Amino acid sequence: MIGQIIINGLLNGAVYALVAVGLSLTWGVMDIVNFAHGEFLLWGLYSSFWIWALMGLDPLISLPIVVVLIFALGVLTYLVVIKRVLKVSGLTALLATFGLSMVLKNLTQFFWTANYRNVTKPLVSNQSFNIFGMYIRQDYVVAAAGALLLTLLVTLFLNRTKTGVAIKATSINKSAAQLVGIDTNRIYAITFGLSGACVGAAAALMASFTPIYPEACSLYSTLAFVIVALGGFGNIKGALFAGLIVGVVEALGGYFIGTSFKYLVVFLIYLIVMQIRPRGLFGW
Amino acid sequence: MLKVNDLVLGYDNVPVVFGVSLEVREKEVVAIVGSNGAGKTTILRGLSGLIRPMEGSIEFMGEDITRTPAHKLVKMGISHVPEGRQLFGKLTVRQNLMMGAYTLKDEAAKKDALDQVFTLFPRLKEREDQAAETFSGGEQQMLAIARGMMSKPKLLMIDEMSLGLAPVLVDRVMDSLKEIRATGITVLIVEQKVKEALELADRGYVLATGRILQEGSSAELLESDVVKKAYLGM
Repeated sequence: MIGQIIINGLLNGAVYALVAVGLSLTWGVMDIVNFAHGEFLLWGLYSSFWIWALMGLDPLISLPIVVVLIFALGVLTYLVVIKRVLKVSGLTALLATFGLSMVLKNLTQFFWTANYRNVTKPLVSNQSFNIFGMYIRQDYVVAAAGALLLTLLVTLFLNRTKTGVAIKATSINKSAAQLVGIDTNRIYAITFGLSGACVGAAAALMASFTPIYPEACSLYSTLAFVIVALGGFGNIKGALFAGLIVGVVEALGGYFIGTSFKYLVVFLIYLIVMQIRPRGLFGW
Repeated sequence: MLKVNDLVLGYDNVPVVFGVSLEVREKEVVAIVGSNGAGKTTILRGLSGLIRPMEGSIEFMGEDITRTPAHKLVKMGISHVPEGRQLFGKLTVRQNLMMGAYTLKDEAAKKDALDQVFTLFPRLKEREDQAAETFSGGEQQMLAIARGMMSKPKLLMIDEMSLGLAPVLVDRVMDSLKEIRATGITVLIVEQKVKEALELADRGYVLATGRILQEGSSAELLESDVVKKAYLGM
């Protein structure tokens, strides 16, 4: 039974991790807390849904399209909202993204109403298969595997490509990056796009089994903040492990304490870790 | 090569450099010397585009670069090795160097630049996979200069390369500058160590409280009363 719970937690956690990796990118590189991150995920879900509803493409098939769309949303957000407030110190950037999150959420409700929507008859069904006496849902497995793969791709991009290393260099020392010829403005735009691409992919992976409505992503957004803080800012590996931990803790808490209290356990652990190790479990 | 006219620089609209004019000619080594707080670093930050001049103009190879942003100046051939090294500490030596070559598009040119800095600083090649932050001060300074060389600059500007180094290392880093100059790169250095800098340079400018007190050939400056009294303690 415990094994079953832990497996379920890990499967959920992998998707949480991908959402958190996206948040971690902007937070770690640009020191910008993007409150609209959850709404990026939301627009990813609706993109998946509408592509399915109008064109009949399964969310898993249309994943690349949604990734590109939310990448563009990220770049646009940087150019229109963030770039202007970056020079101003203090809470301005924070308030700007908070405002953006309100706007995006309410636009969602305005355009597509508050009704629940579901992708029916998805490519990978919600049937379970049995391994060692544990029942595992195949759509969760596909989503988790996809999330892990994409997290790995992001890591490889950051470590192996010229643009990826330039993103890291900019996060370590912005003015030194400018002095070697890096256009930090461009790097910031790409980073915001990449952050969007991560949530776009996460949205596509979970669209077939998640009810889609304007409030669908509040929880994911909050969990992403917890995961990034737990994992250490700007640390992809940290976000991955913290995501898996949060998934498992949530599942165990739901089983032993009660479903309605499962997040209590998650946030309690977060509070305790922050007291003992403020830079996060895997922070620099 | 570089012409600076009546440059006024400052932070938050408070000027700290008041109308400085100077010139660097091709293949020269020029030193800006002066004590801490004289505005030397601010001048370099203005020249490399990190801060916008409040007044005055900067010209490089006949082009006005007064308002050109830092990353474009690197492409034009100006490289600035900042005070306090400012390395990418978590990245490896090789990654730091490759970031230095960020503006080079051609793979052969990158390899060429890498070979050149490895010949100049063999120590870096031995430890190319090590994170820059694990280096000692002297090694970090060499890496910082090497990173600055990776963009194949026409003009290399180095800020306080002796800062925080043991005297023996100061000599070694200064020696490497002689080799760099032999490759035909024009060099502008900014230094608190007035004597060492002037012995290395062809010409110099003495800066105090944001103004140029005196300029001339290094030999003249080393003999001048201003320098002798204020900086050499004679």
